[in-house]
Amino acid sequence: MLKNLVYSALFAGLAAGVIVAAMTIFMLVPTILEAELYETGQLIHFGDVNAAMPDIEAEQDWARNGLTALYAATIYIGFAFVMVAAMAFAQEKGVQITTRSGILWGLAGYAAFQLSPAMGIAPELPGMISAELVPRQIWFVGTVVATLVGIGAVVFGKNWLHWGVGLVILATPHIIGAPHPEVFGGIVPPELAAGFAGRSLAVGAVGWIALGVLSAYFWLQENA
Amino acid sequence: MTTAAQTAVKTETNMASIAFAAFLGLSVLFITGFASSATLHDTAHDMRHAIGFACH
Repeated sequence: MLKNLVYSALFAGLAAGVIVAAMTIFMLVPTILEAELYETGQLIHFGDVNAAMPDIEAEQDWARNGLTALYAATIYIGFAFVMVAAMAFAQEKGVQITTRSGILWGLAGYAAFQLSPAMGIAPELPGMISAELVPRQIWFVGTVVATLVGIGAVVFGKNWLHWGVGLVILATPHIIGAPHPEVFGGIVPPELAAGFAGRSLAVGAVGWIALGVLSAYFWLQENA
Repeated sequence: MTTAAQTAVKTETNMASIAFAAFLGLSVLFITGFASSATLHDTAHDMRHAIGFACH
């Protein structure tokens, strides 16, 4: 059992991590690098709009991208262990796992780890202002846990009481509300930040669906 | 041992393995996503931003 769990999580996490690493490096890192030009003052937002912008372009740093790829794989292996453990647990309880249902498992993980937290704390660029770190991390972790429990109650619940309680748990972090900064003073253009937040959520969705399908696939293979 | 008892023992080891795998995954996520070590923060920087983990 443990061997199957470990192997399927490693394979699924690594494969999904490679997909996410490629998408991150080509779709998200360029915006992070551009934001850093504002963070370090090389570019200035709210400057004279008629003055020519200095011609600085952020360049990809491949050593830095190597670390990003390494962490993408590591983080997704972490997600994969949680995913495969959840699938194995559901299977013990009589739920059938298929590669097709893996899509739904992936979407559930995406909702818990990225979509729901992003409703309170949007993916941030360097140079943005945010509330204090620890309260944000507490809210983040609480939201992940509440979303996982809420989805579990809604999906596997058997009656209105379960479904109702599940929905209340899903909503609770958002009723409490995420910690926000008292003033807004980010030095990164909002156009850049909005584009980044949207792309970050899109990359996450692709990564999580891939992770769900791959986790189900390798879990079924290892147990075949 | 009866078949029922054997099944019970097997389920128990399975549950222990599942709990261990989940714990392992969450530990990896805590270290890569939240730990405040400067080295971890600097090296994981772009990925933490990309995935929306609150890190600074």
